[in-house]
Amino acid sequence: MILDALSEVLVKNGLVTAFVFVGALVWISYELSARLSRGHIHGSAIAIALGLVLAWVGGSMTGGSQGLADFSLLAGVGVMGGAMFRDFAIVATAFGADINALKKAGFVAAASVVIGVVLSFVVGSIVAVSFGYTDPIAISTIGAGAATYIVGPVTGTALGAGSDIIALSVAAGLTKSVLVMVGTPFVAPRIGLNSPHAALIYGGLMGTTSGVAGGLAATDPRLVPYGAMTATFYTGVGCLLAPSVLFLIVRAIF
Amino acid sequence: MVIYGVALLSFCMLVGVFVGDVLGELIGVQANVGGVGIAMLLLIILSNLSHHQFRLSAPTEKGVNFWSAMYIPIVVAMAAKQNVIAAVSSGWMAIIAGVAAVAVSFAMIPLLDKIHIGEGGHGDS
Repeated sequence: MILDALSEVLVKNGLVTAFVFVGALVWISYELSARLSRGHIHGSAIAIALGLVLAWVGGSMTGGSQGLADFSLLAGVGVMGGAMFRDFAIVATAFGADINALKKAGFVAAASVVIGVVLSFVVGSIVAVSFGYTDPIAISTIGAGAATYIVGPVTGTALGAGSDIIALSVAAGLTKSVLVMVGTPFVAPRIGLNSPHAALIYGGLMGTTSGVAGGLAATDPRLVPYGAMTATFYTGVGCLLAPSVLFLIVRAIF
Repeated sequence: MVIYGVALLSFCMLVGVFVGDVLGELIGVQANVGGVGIAMLLLIILSNLSHHQFRLSAPTEKGVNFWSAMYIPIVVAMAAKQNVIAAVSSGWMAIIAGVAAVAVSFAMIPLLDKIHIGEGGHGDS
C-alpha cells in the first residue's frame, strides 16, 4: 500500500521525479569520475554515457522508443530531456558568449554547415551504394540520414521512399548522434577542439543538435554555445539540400 | 527580479523558433531553420546592450544563468530518452553510415579550423 502511494506520488509529479533521478545519476557519475578515473574522464561524459546505457536498458525492457522515459515512473525524464527544455537550456548557454568569436568565424562557420551536410550525405550515400542499393531515392534517403535523423525522414518523405528505408535513415542519424555524444571528449584533443572558433566549426560539421549538445558538455561546457549555434542551422540546410540538389546529383549518377 | 531573466530567455527562444519556422516555410523545407541559433544571437545582442538604459541586474542574470547551469543535467536526461535500441539493432549499414559520417566530419575540423579570414575583417559590418 505504501509502495502504491509512493509510486502514485512519483508518477503524478513526473518532472520533479526526473530532477531527483537525474541529480542522482549526475552525482554517481561525478563520483565515478573522481574515484575511478581520477578526473581523467569528465563527470558529465560518464553521466551522458550512463544515460545512453539506461536508455538502452529501458528500450529493451519496455520495447518503446523513448528509452528510460517509457517507464511510467520516469516519464518525467522524457519531459526534462525533450526538445523544449533542451533548446531552452541551449539558448541560455549563449548568455555571456563572446560576440567577437562569432564575428570572426562568421564565414567559416557558415561554410562548415554546408560542407558538413554535403560531407555526411556523400559518406552515407557511398555506404548505401556499397551495401548494394542502386535506387537513387533509397541512396539519397540513407545519405540524408547520415546528416541527421531529422533530415533522413524529411528527405525520404519528400522523395517517396519506403518506410523501411526511412527507418534505416533514422538509425544512421541516431548512430551518429550517439557516437558524437560519446566520442567527442576522446577525439577533442586530437582535432584541436579547444577554442570557440573550432567549436563553431565542429557544430557546423556535426550538425546533430543532441550529439553536439552532449559532446561539448562532456568536453568543455564553455564551448557549448558556439557549437550549438551552428548546429541548429544544420538540419534546416540539410532538409533544403538533400531532397533537391543532392538528390538530383545522385539521380544523375545512377 | 529572477523572473525578468527567465522571461527574457523565454522571449528570445520563442522569437527565434518562430523566425526559424517562418524561414523554413519561406524556403519550402519541412523543418525549423536555425531557430535556436537565432534565439541565441538575440539573447547575446539583448544582453550586450548594457551601455544604454537596458542593463541586466544581478538577479535578472541569475534567471538566465540558472537555465544555463541546468544544461548538462538536461542533456543527461536527453541521453536517457534516446532510442538507442533503434540505433544499434537496425543492422550494420545504418551503423556504418553513421560512424563513417562522424569519422569524416571529425577529420574535417582541423582543416577548417585553420581558416581565419582576415582576423575579424569579415563580418565586421
